[in-house]
Amino acid sequence: MTAPTQKQMHLAAHFPGVNNTTVWSDPRSKSQIDFSSFEHLARTAERGRFDFFFLAEGLRLREHNGRIHDLDVVGRPESLTVLSALAAVTDRLGLAATVNATFNEPYELARRLATLDHLSAGRAAWNVVTSSDAFTGENFRRGGYLDRADLPQVLGSARTGGTPYTRAAEFVATARELWDTWTPDGTPRPFRHHGQHFTIEGEFTVPRSPQGHPVVIQAGDSGEGREFAASAADVIFTRHGTLEAGRTFYADVKARLAKYGREPDELKIMPGVTFVLGDSDAEAQERAAEIRLQQISPQNAILALEQIWGRDLSSYDPDGPLPEIDPVPDSTLVQGRVRIGDQLEVAARWRALSQAKGLSIRQTVIETTGRQSFIGSPETVAAELIEFVSTDAADGFILVPHLTPGGLDDFVDRVVPLLQERGAFRSEYTGSTLRSHLGLTEPVWKG
Amino acid sequence: MPATAALHLAAEIGGPPHYDAPHYTALAQLAERGTLDFVTLGDSFARPGLDALAVLSRVAPATRRIGLVPTVTTTHTEPFHVSSAVATLDWVSRGRAGWSAEVSTTGAEARLFGRRPAAPAADLWREAADTAEVGARLWDSWEDDAEIRDVATGRFIDRAKLHYVDFEGATFTVRGPAIVPRPPQGHPVTVIDGTGGPSQDAAARHADVVLVRATTPEQAAGIRAEVRRRAATYGRDPDALRVLVALTVDLGDAETVPEPGPESGPRLAARGSYYRGGPVDLAELIGQWHRGGAVDGFHLTPITPARDLERIVNGTVALLQHRSLFRTFYPGGTLREHLGLARPASRYVLAEGRA
Ligand SMILES: Cc1cc2nc3c(=O)[nH]c(=O)nc-3n(C[C@H](O)[C@H](O)[C@H](O)COP(=O)(O)O)c2cc1C
Repeated sequence: MTAPTQKQMHLAAHFPGVNNTTVWSDPRSKSQIDFSSFEHLARTAERGRFDFFFLAEGLRLREHNGRIHDLDVVGRPESLTVLSALAAVTDRLGLAATVNATFNEPYELARRLATLDHLSAGRAAWNVVTSSDAFTGENFRRGGYLDRADLPQVLGSARTGGTPYTRAAEFVATARELWDTWTPDGTPRPFRHHGQHFTIEGEFTVPRSPQGHPVVIQAGDSGEGREFAASAADVIFTRHGTLEAGRTFYADVKARLAKYGREPDELKIMPGVTFVLGDSDAEAQERAAEIRLQQISPQNAILALEQIWGRDLSSYDPDGPLPEIDPVPDSTLVQGRVRIGDQLEVAARWRALSQAKGLSIRQTVIETTGRQSFIGSPETVAAELIEFVSTDAADGFILVPHLTPGGLDDFVDRVVPLLQERGAFRSEYTGSTLRSHLGLTEPVWKG
Repeated sequence: MPATAALHLAAEIGGPPHYDAPHYTALAQLAERGTLDFVTLGDSFARPGLDALAVLSRVAPATRRIGLVPTVTTTHTEPFHVSSAVATLDWVSRGRAGWSAEVSTTGAEARLFGRRPAAPAADLWREAADTAEVGARLWDSWEDDAEIRDVATGRFIDRAKLHYVDFEGATFTVRGPAIVPRPPQGHPVTVIDGTGGPSQDAAARHADVVLVRATTPEQAAGIRAEVRRRAATYGRDPDALRVLVALTVDLGDAETVPEPGPESGPRLAARGSYYRGGPVDLAELIGQWHRGGAVDGFHLTPITPARDLERIVNGTVALLQHRSLFRTFYPGGTLREHLGLARPASRYVLAEGRA
């Protein structure tokens, strides 16, 4: 028996994304769009007693050099609709949808989220994202919206003082007002919200939902993003998946909570992480290297380079040396992706590495980008995950498998039992709502 | 005499709002036992109730064959999201999705969004037609075989088979392509209530199923002919359209249902499109109207779904089946197959003459 005070880990399953982490060339890779794939991964996660299942979102197909990017898995369903269906084939698993706060309106989205919470008997979560580029905006309404105060940000101009986060913060606050409009005994009451971004009034069509408010997740790393999370989110989805970066991020974010009258455990920090298992650590390392080769195809290596260099490098040999020419900063070559930092600095680092080790373009990209977070035998991986959580580098993990839909099977069969044995992770669900899995209280009704 | 065309039946499962999934699942399963073509679930921002598309998505895995047609409001919503959500419903139901386009005309609804003032129904139906148009373009924007998984060239998709839709309407523009691959049915089924004047044009241009109101078979036949004629003026094949008479039905208590009399025959109440009587009489009425070729079928809205749907399935439908007027099992798997509608090829394939 382990001490009851051991910090409990939270786990989520990320459906493999639209990027080159997801391997499609493997014969075991199945459909990224058939419902059966979603059902498989969700059922696997529930078998593993995971906290929640997670879907990302991208509202415009990515482009590269003015053309639709064709090297990675692409094409996915609309999150809230597929999660409503998954509510029928799962019982306890939380269901988290990424939905953009720029290209939606509070009334409609709050209603759809509350609906999911009702249909799933209290398992809904919303990952609030703030992408707001004009490129994505081309799929959305203009016309009558042009005079809106927030549109300049949508169009990427800095004319007003607001940012996507000021809109997102008001969006979340407004959604919470709507979720609170019905009294707990089921009487609708009119609402009225007058703010910088939204001026709305009327009656909400949905009673207060089983969780009170669906769980709110935030993904975004800037100071402003962290502040927004500290003020309004229940969970942060972060990219800081190494021990040191994780601890720094964790300390930074938890320290921001007091200002909002919140306790450290009211905001769970969950990095998105990848993993590779093997019977031994050595076997896992070998597999990890094979997977990296699948993820960084020759074509993808050139493309990764072009993302940094901001120019067409298609004439370069992926097995040859890095280009001599310098990157073009702020190019629009790549559209619809989250940026990866200072390009000149990254290019200098890649060059130095390539020269020092004599690496080709493809080898350099493999070496520098996205090595898997946890590689080893089930014992090794379980021990490392526990270390992360017990030393406050994370409260849990959003696991990103590289194969659809079977990529989580081994983890659930081989790692989860070890986590459970060691008292680090639940063996059974004790509650029925996502809030209860996460140890979050139901928000107080603000009548 | 030519064989009578297949009869199509659909039912609304909305009513006083319920906020739990089992209620709607049970009704859809009941309708599926009656081999109905589809169920509809009404929706509006103006009155209490859950988001209908989400409810029917929740119902999808618990049913196998029946079509699922939520009302989707095109006013105040994003056409791109509407298209994605309906396509997703088609994916999760494995080809059983439709959507019933509706507009929202009131100032009260406009104030829920705070984006623009209420507008006349005619304008809103033009926008609804634009939403249907852009939706269909987006569903076509991925050709069926766009996904190639070609290891030799490292390409997951053939981008020549993905298309910008470049739609420019009066109230919105959409660049595309869709973020959701082409849905199983190609185009999920578009249903439009075409009785009111303002929606007629949208129905003629975009509906696969048009709901109409009529009080006599003669009147229904006239409306059906008119709908088909209008569709033809838009270059559409009128046979690719199903015209269903919308009836509100009150099957009352079994005890008080009058015996069907051979002379009296079933009739509609004076206010029209409202049927009050017994399930057997309703079967008579459906059989008579359909036999005459006046309509392709009926969309029934029970005033009390929990009570009346059971009577429709076990009474009305059972009798129609017994008389070989209605299917006893689903020969197909998709809603288009139930309706006898072909799966459309992508317009972008057709445009390039590759069909
Ligand atoms: C881990 C993580 C996951 C994200 N996932 C999505 C996503 O699925 N869809 C999306 O549109 N944006 C996504 N974003 C983008 C953020 O919402 C945000 O727009 C972006 O990170 C810029 O904000 P920042 O400067 O605060 O990081 C993600 C960001 C992070 C850090």
